[in-house]
Formats: sequence, structure tokens, C-alpha cells
Amino acid sequence: MSSTARDRIFARLHAARTTVSPYVPRGGSWQAPMLDKDQRIELLKKRMETVRSEVHVVPEAEWPAKLLEVLKAREPQTMAYGHDAWFGGTLRSKVKGKGLPKLVPYGENVEAFRDELFGIDVGITSTLGGIAENGTLIVWPTPQEPRLLSLVPTVHIALLKADTIYSTLAEAMREMRWAENMPTNALLISGPSKTADIEMTLAFGVHGPKEVIVLVLD
Amino acid sequence: MGSQHLDFTANVTEALADRQLRANFKSALTGLMKKRVAVLPNAEEIERMRDDAEAAKRNALAKLPELLERLERKCTENGIIVHWAETTAEANDIILGIMRSHDATKLVKGKSMVSEEMHLNHFLETHGIEALETDLGEFIIQLNHEPPSHIIVPAVHKNRQQVGRIFADNLEGIPYTDVVEELNAIARKTLREKFRTGHVGLSGVNFAVAETGTLVLVENEGNGRMCTTVPPVHVAVMGLEKVVESLSDLPPLLRLLTASATGQLVTTYVNCITSPRKEGERDGPKEIHLVILDNGRSRMLADAQLRRTLQCIRCGTCLNHCPVYIRIGGHAYGSVYPGPIGKILTPQIDGLAEKGVLATASSLCNACEEVCPVRIPIPGIIRRMRTEAYDEKDDGVVKGHGAKKNLLETLVWKGWELTYRIPALNRFVVSMLGKFGDKLPNVGPLKAWTSVRTAPRFAPKSLHQLAKEEGIRHE
Repeated sequence: MSSTARDRIFARLHAARTTVSPYVPRGGSWQAPMLDKDQRIELLKKRMETVRSEVHVVPEAEWPAKLLEVLKAREPQTMAYGHDAWFGGTLRSKVKGKGLPKLVPYGENVEAFRDELFGIDVGITSTLGGIAENGTLIVWPTPQEPRLLSLVPTVHIALLKADTIYSTLAEAMREMRWAENMPTNALLISGPSKTADIEMTLAFGVHGPKEVIVLVLD
Repeated sequence: MGSQHLDFTANVTEALADRQLRANFKSALTGLMKKRVAVLPNAEEIERMRDDAEAAKRNALAKLPELLERLERKCTENGIIVHWAETTAEANDIILGIMRSHDATKLVKGKSMVSEEMHLNHFLETHGIEALETDLGEFIIQLNHEPPSHIIVPAVHKNRQQVGRIFADNLEGIPYTDVVEELNAIARKTLREKFRTGHVGLSGVNFAVAETGTLVLVENEGNGRMCTTVPPVHVAVMGLEKVVESLSDLPPLLRLLTASATGQLVTTYVNCITSPRKEGERDGPKEIHLVILDNGRSRMLADAQLRRTLQCIRCGTCLNHCPVYIRIGGHAYGSVYPGPIGKILTPQIDGLAEKGVLATASSLCNACEEVCPVRIPIPGIIRRMRTEAYDEKDDGVVKGHGAKKNLLETLVWKGWELTYRIPALNRFVVSMLGKFGDKLPNVGPLKAWTSVRTAPRFAPKSLHQLAKEEGIRHE
């Protein structure tokens, strides 16, 4: 049998290790500081606002009112969401009436929903947590809340529970046991889609959302 | 570009005469340097981050075969189909095969330097497949039929007026504008339609995690997420040096990659892909292929110094800080990877005969090594390229070693050596140079050397002689 590309590559890789001593410098010395809860909320807000996200910290019970305020200020026509997300029922009871968008559940496979989705104004999702150090949302899409909800609509609204904000990425990976539980797709999101490819001039909303709005539920 | 003959001197001369080009590069790169400093913490902490990042990459290289086997096993368990390619031609064929098996004619591409190394777009186009770049910078230069001039900001050599003209000339029904927001809006409208209708999405890989079989991609625009989520098939391409051992290697690597590349704490998106769409999930590709490319990399691994080339995480900061790159820009190098990293990577991939000349374009100022987030000793490897190109000791390992060896230079260096070994010869040569050195004919290498430099003047008497005349006995 003739050898495959894989065999030939591995033959060279294995041969290479006999010619070089396996010296490796020691790492593991860098760590971002650990913060208390208020500091975590404050730093996440500051970091995310720096990259043009809008962050509102609200008492847990008041998030629907804040959401309506955010929506009324923009008057979108349509808002996609996951029907079975933890806040799905609240949306259905509260998001009704003048100046509020029509709710569109992401309830079909993308093949059937794609064309509609590309015309939708707002996507709203839950998050699994946040990271203060770099100002990101941790989003692990699920069958209930698919991946494109946070990417295709013009505005992405994210609900973040304050007690799921971690100090650092390393801490989040450890505490959430990423290594044992990696989902199909794990995302960190820091703000609206952006580019500086023309003359290093920063502009927002190049392919994905033009706005990211975070409601931190405290 | 690519395999065509490289006339580096002509390219450099042309680039240096282009004031617009130099202005575009200088302004962009100065901005990037400032942003990098602004986002990195104090020097002590940077060094600790670099300790971690360097250790993660060198550890991965020390265990490369095991980690690649583990990556392949984990990916396969997760449902990702792994392919191996020794050469760029093999990698291109694999991707064409995937396209054909789906009757696919439209490929939407996220930014990938390896796909540039493969000249994938050109290859697919000759087989009737549209390969569309969707990163804004890549999209601009693809419309203008140009290769990237920087590995992070590929259209950095164009200003807004030039981009406006490229759009107006190449996109149907688009009038000229030089307002950046309008240019971005044009790209958004054009490309979102392409994401919606693309058959296959292609991406590169920033880090492939062996522990979990996860492909990690960083980006700001969202086009990478579009390409890896909307089409039913996703193909990822990576050089085999992209593997890291575990998820815990990522925090320092990600932090330094984005800080070094664009002066950001983090990109808009960090996209970690571990499997195709699972039962019950509504979106994401149903099929994911990972193409792992060697193209000379496994050969670099066998040499303790050269293997450090493989630590590179393609942040591009060595380009931004290079006094040569800043002045001549990326295209002059006539290679996919320009700048300092290109000077050591390209000759090792394409051979010293064709690309060894790139290593001459360095003043060995060490700026690249000073800023490299994973501490690649670039200047040392540049000197290695120069030495191997002549290969006096006949012990080179880089492809094309000894390509520049020639009798004249061999004789000159032999003469130099003897002059310093034999005292009588030394005295004779020094006294001759004192008398006739200023009268050497201005031809050959002497002419080239003095065309932009003042010829040195030889002192009539040597230091030895002067010391002796002063009566100094133990100089």
C-alpha cells in the first residue's frame, strides 16, 4: 500500500523530535486580578461600553420594563427570539402594543427560516455569563436559542445575570468546566460587529449587529 | 506573485518612490503601534504574559505529533472530518473535492492566510467555482485583483478614495463615495446577500485545541461567524503549527494576539467551534471539514532554531514595527507573508534560491523580536537564512541552502580570514589599503554599495602604527 500524506507528515514529525531536545520554558505565571461582584459588573460595563455596547444594570424584576424602554426608543418592526428561552413567556406577555416589535420565534431549521431572519430587526438571547477582564458575554447557543440570533438581526439584545459574571476568561473556563462540556459552538461577544479595514477608521455594523444592548439583571 | 520570479530590488525601488503608498503605510502602522502600547499593561506584566504564551506554543511544538494525533481523534469523535495535506496542491484538491461532492459553486471565505499560501481562490476559479473574500479588507483587494499587503489589515495600502474608486468600478450600480461609513454600508449590503446564498463557508483557524477538538477563531466583523454558521458546509484550513494542548493555554494567547494585532483587549467575537450541527439544533453547518497543511512546516520542526518560526500566531505586529516594512509595504516582498516573519518563513517554504533575498532586507535592529508576543528570535533566524544561502560549511538544512554560494565571495572571505591569521599578511594589506584604499575602482559590489552610501575613507596609517609611533608598547 502506498503511504498517505498523513503517514509521510507524521514520519517527519516523529523523526524531528529525535533531533531536538524537548526544552520548554515554564509558563503559568500571568493572571488578571480577581474582583468582587460590584467590581465585576462595573468593569464589564466599562469594557463593553468602550467598544460601543450599551449596558444597563437593572434590578432583576425590572428588566422587562427596561427592555420595553430600549425597544420603544428604536421602534423595530420585528424581534426574533427562542420560544423556549427562560424569558420567552415574559416576552410574549409584555412585548405587545404600539411601538413594539412583532415577536418571531426561531422555531424552524435555518434552511426554512434564513430568508426571514436576514430581514429581522432585533434578536434577543440569554447568555451563560460574562467576563469582566475583557468585557465579553459568554454565549453557548442551544436548540432553543440558535447561533444566528446573536449575529444576523441588526440589533442584538442580551440578558445577563449579574451573578454569572466572572473576573477572567481562565476563571470562567475553570468554573464552567469548559474542557468537559464544550458545546457545538461557544462564543465570546464584546460588542457590535466592527471593522477598521479602511484607513484604520473604526466603523460599526459591518456584517453583523450594528448595536449590542446588554441588560445586566442584578 | 507567488511562484513568479521575484525581483526584490526593483520592487523596493518602485515602492520607495511611491509617496502615496508610503504615507498610507506610515499613518496606519503608527496608529497600530500606539494602540498596542495603550492596551497592554506594564512591562512586568507583559513579560509574564509572554512567558505563558511562549511556553504554550513551545510546549505544543515539543509534543507536536502527539497533539496533532489527539486533535484528529477528538475532532473525529466530535464529527469533524480531518484531512491531511503535504503540499498546497493537495490541500487545494481536497477542498475542490469537498465542493464537488456537494455540487457547490459558491464559496464564501473568512480571512485565512493559509488559503493565501495555497492560492486557493485562483485555483478554485480555474475550476469554475466562485471564491468570495468577505473580510472587508480582503473583499476590497480581491475586487482590485491584488494580494494582501499586510497579514492583519490586508488593504492597508489603500486610502478611502482608492477604495471608493474600486467599489464604483467593480460593483454594479454603486456610485463613487469616499465616506468610510458609506463604503462599509455598501460592503454590508453586498456581502450579506452572499452569506445568505453561499454553498460552502471557508475559514482559517487561530488555535486548534487538542484537548477538546475545538477550532478557535477571532474576528471583529462577524463575517467569520457568517461563513462558519450560515452555509450547510464549513471547511477550516490550518497550518499544522496551530495546535495547542489545552483550553487553559488560550487566555494569555488570545490576550496577546489581539493586543499585538490590533491593539484590542479582545475582538468582537471569539468563535469556538467543536462540532457540526447536532440533532435538534436549528442552525450551524451540517458538515465540518478540517484541512491540516504541512507545506514545509514539519521540516522546520527538525531544527532547534528554525522550529521557533512555527511559534508564530500571525499577529502581524513585527510588520508594524519593522523599519523596512513601514517604508516598502507588503507587496514589495512578492510573497504571501511579508515583513520580518515573512523574511524567515518564506525562504523556508519556497527555498533560498527563490526567496533567500528577503532575508537581506533587514538592519537587524531587533524591533521584531522585542515586540513578538511569543518571543520568536527573528533576527537570529534572519542571520541563519543569510548564512545558509551561502552555506560555506556545507551543513545547511533549509531548502536551497548554498544557492548564493559563489567563487568571488568565497575568495574574499578566505582572504579576510587569512589577513587576520597571518601577521605579515595583515601588515602588508593594511599598509596597501592605507596607500591605495581610496583609489579602488568603483565597479561591481563596490559600486552597488556606494550608490546610496558614502565610501569610507581609509586612514593613511593604521592604529597599530600610530600607537607604535606614540611609543605605546603594550597597546
